Amino acid sequence: MQKVYTKIESIVGNVVTVRAPGVKNGDLALVGDSYANVIKLDKDIVSLQVFAGAQGVSTTDPVRFLGRPMMVSFSDHLLGRIFDGAGVPRDNGPALTENMIPIGGPSFNPAKRILPNKMVRTGIPMIDVFNTLVESQKLPIFSISGEPYNQLLSRIAMQAEVDVIILGGMGLKYDDYMEFRDTLEKGGAMSHTVMFIHTAADPIVECTLVPDMSLAVAEQFALAGKRVLVLLTDMTNFADAQKEMAITMEQVPSNRGYPGDLYSCLASRYEKAVDIEGAGSITILGVTTMPGDDVTHPVPDNTGYITEGQYYLKGGRIEPFGSLSRLKQNVNGKTRNDHRALMDGMIKLYAQYKESLEKKSMGFMMTEWDDKLLKYGEMFESKMMDLSVNIPLEDALDLGWEILAECFDPVETGMKTSLIEERWPNRDALN
Amino acid sequence: MKTQTGYVAGVNGNLIKVDFDGSVRKNEVGYILVDDKRLKGEVIRINNGEVSMQIYEMTNGIKVGDQVEFTGELMSVDLGPGLLTQVFDGLQNPLPKLAEQCGFFLDRGVYLDAIPDRDWDFTPVAKIGDHVKAGSTIGTVPEGLFTHHIMVPFTLRGSDWTVKSINKAGSYNVRSTVCTIENAKGETKDLTMIFTQPIKQAVKCYSEKLRPTEPLVTKIRCIDSFLPVAKGGTFCTPGPFGAGKTVLQHMQAKNSEADVVIVAACGERAGEVVEVLKEFPELIDPKTGRSLMERTIIICNTSSMPVAAREASCYTAVTLAEYYRQMGLDVLLLADSTSRWAQAMREMSGRLEEIPGEEAFPAYLESTIAAFYERAGRVRLDDGQIASITIGGTVSPAGGNFEEPVTQATLKVVGAFHGLARERSDARKYPAIHPVDSWSKYKGVVDMDLVNKARGILIRSTEVNQMMKVVGEEGTSSEDYIIYQKGELLDAVYLQQNSFDPIDEACVPDRQRREFGRLYDALTKKYDITDKREIRAFFNQLRQEFLDWHGCEFETPEFEAQEKKISDFYMAKVVE
Repeated sequence: MQKVYTKIESIVGNVVTVRAPGVKNGDLALVGDSYANVIKLDKDIVSLQVFAGAQGVSTTDPVRFLGRPMMVSFSDHLLGRIFDGAGVPRDNGPALTENMIPIGGPSFNPAKRILPNKMVRTGIPMIDVFNTLVESQKLPIFSISGEPYNQLLSRIAMQAEVDVIILGGMGLKYDDYMEFRDTLEKGGAMSHTVMFIHTAADPIVECTLVPDMSLAVAEQFALAGKRVLVLLTDMTNFADAQKEMAITMEQVPSNRGYPGDLYSCLASRYEKAVDIEGAGSITILGVTTMPGDDVTHPVPDNTGYITEGQYYLKGGRIEPFGSLSRLKQNVNGKTRNDHRALMDGMIKLYAQYKESLEKKSMGFMMTEWDDKLLKYGEMFESKMMDLSVNIPLEDALDLGWEILAECFDPVETGMKTSLIEERWPNRDALN
Repeated sequence: MKTQTGYVAGVNGNLIKVDFDGSVRKNEVGYILVDDKRLKGEVIRINNGEVSMQIYEMTNGIKVGDQVEFTGELMSVDLGPGLLTQVFDGLQNPLPKLAEQCGFFLDRGVYLDAIPDRDWDFTPVAKIGDHVKAGSTIGTVPEGLFTHHIMVPFTLRGSDWTVKSINKAGSYNVRSTVCTIENAKGETKDLTMIFTQPIKQAVKCYSEKLRPTEPLVTKIRCIDSFLPVAKGGTFCTPGPFGAGKTVLQHMQAKNSEADVVIVAACGERAGEVVEVLKEFPELIDPKTGRSLMERTIIICNTSSMPVAAREASCYTAVTLAEYYRQMGLDVLLLADSTSRWAQAMREMSGRLEEIPGEEAFPAYLESTIAAFYERAGRVRLDDGQIASITIGGTVSPAGGNFEEPVTQATLKVVGAFHGLARERSDARKYPAIHPVDSWSKYKGVVDMDLVNKARGILIRSTEVNQMMKVVGEEGTSSEDYIIYQKGELLDAVYLQQNSFDPIDEACVPDRQRREFGRLYDALTKKYDITDKREIRAFFNQLRQEFLDWHGCEFETPEFEAQEKKISDFYMAKVVE
């Protein structure tokens, strides 16, 4: 069906319409030499979304329908390569056309899922001890502009034990893109990495394709038995691109201009995270920057409901409050018998430290208990929370007990007596 | 029956416009024929001779001119023996069977029979000549734990039907005719063990609706004692993300003393359903000694599955609940989350270009939510049995702000409100139900007067805590400080519960009464301590003792000894 249509009826935003019969919803077309996909049909009027943007498109530009949906090539040749949002190489390598697979495929059957049960060790105590990352988890890093979220992402990518890394960059600053590339190359990870990069200067429609491209490829690798880590940064840019497109399409906005289906939009991407029985897995780590540090903003808010927890990156540290890995219970019972209790106990005390700190800043008299908490809080922050700390989980747990023992009497920690007897470093203090 | 056909005239997301001749019913089901697939959809609007259909599948590949088949039937589910233990999607497609057929992914356009094709041991109850009407039991089959009633379809009209013939006791296929009924006009109907029921119509085959008075025990202290739920009642659990809505709901599904539990995972994470799926078959229901899965049905339309089917999933769940209620059982329906369900309505409403209400939700949001919760209730069936459906829905308010439309619409129609608070979950105080802001209109398992007094202490304690933030600990009197500590104690050892501890996760009513009694006694005593450091040390120790008590198996010598230890400990400091 290579008929060429040369009369474009309207051009609004990035959407052009053309009269053409027999076109399928979701199919790919070429408008001039730019790809576009069919997003709406009304009788014979076809609405097309032009990936490269409709700027400069003329009403007489040829429109050709390719009779197939958007696809991406999948093979091991992808490894080490860098593409843009439309799947065009941006590393001067050859274009790949073999073994094309459709993007945005159907959802995984929940009955075929298995319970995630493998810990992903990162060497970062705030993750390993307090909010363990689990294979097949989907987890965003909530942050604000200026925080080192991309550095954290690349550090996790380097340290986590996975087979394939897929980086989906949306609205990335060019420098950030280069930094990712350089870090992964230097760390020797580039050979098992695929990048789909949309930079801030690229057309907005391509931004919305990046997650689908990345995840379609990830899915194929996972089916082939690979453990895949997908890094998506920054999902807020993705949502903003969706918003921009929805508004041009004259959809009724629901909340702060975002389309009503924002939740479904984000969920259908994040839900691709899966652990496949007898094959590999997909773990998704995303970055969601919160405009104005506002967690109730629609993007972080909807994301939080979809993902299995979140890491708050604030002031260069992963905040213990609000940060949560929902799947940690699946793995932290098997690591060491004190893992859960220590995790809860230390956070409860840290919460009390915050209260004492508040009291102190308001100029109240500090009790002996407050002083203990203040000492504890400071030790906790410098020894545990600092992102530069890189120690295995077991050492981090021992460190936790040491900090507790240095600051408190056993009974003050709220821990079960049996655990205290087993783990308390300074035995004499027990009696 | 002659099927109507039409042709696709337009596609916009999951909304399809169809041209048709002849007659089309609103809310009837139709299929779009795409390539070799049949995609299910529902007529949601007929406007200017054009039908708008919402499609329960992805709409890629549909083109203008594709044929549409209308069935003339409303969106329905199959009801019959064999529903328990199953996992369905929102359209009652059995997911494990789908996986056998299609592999890892949910292929569109594949619809399988919800009820397994097998034989059941049928025992007739009705006799030839008996008068029957919609919902009458004609026979029974044993389904796992229950005597499953084979009933006359709920949609049967007229009250002049009699049994013309009925099979003798024996083993029959679920789809074979077991009974024939006849009405005064001589019309006959063959009944099998299966019939269909439209999901959006409430089943009303009972003699009267009663007040929900009996508590539904969940074995969660905070709920049973402080914020009880009644059999046949409704409750909602709104909370920001990460506050533990789903963990709380799983605890309820696991420990509630209901006969049948239906979990509707509506637009939530697939992973959470998998947890139930893998965990429940392993767990033993202490009441029956059988696997928990035997009393459970899971309806699972997770967030990445098509939105229109999400809207249907809540109705599918409540229809199955009504079916089991008709057998005289107490059914608990847990819907997670009703916000996603409301959002599905919003997406459709947007596509239909309806005038949006608040936050772009449709204007009929409130009445739809109310109608859904009103399908709960405790009823007296025609045979005199009392049965109930309890509905608990979680709400995921945008930004954790309870002022939003879905939470507000829900609060109007429920009998208990379990509001989850971010500050409690941040401080790892689980379940994170806010003890002061939440409320319940039902009666609990312990003396409500004492509970209200205990709640009074809690409220006082919060006030003292607020005050202390201004005047400092040194500016607070010892009496007030003790009240503050008492409130903290109540919170730490009674309201909080460790759902990952094998003993603490389920607290039976007797144990609740016992523990509450002891705690209440400790809370209402006057203590002879004035130094704040000593007060704190005293309450820390007391808390420790109570927590260790939670770790003791109920009604063991160890349990008794620990209680004695607790009472000895605090009685030593009591002044008369």
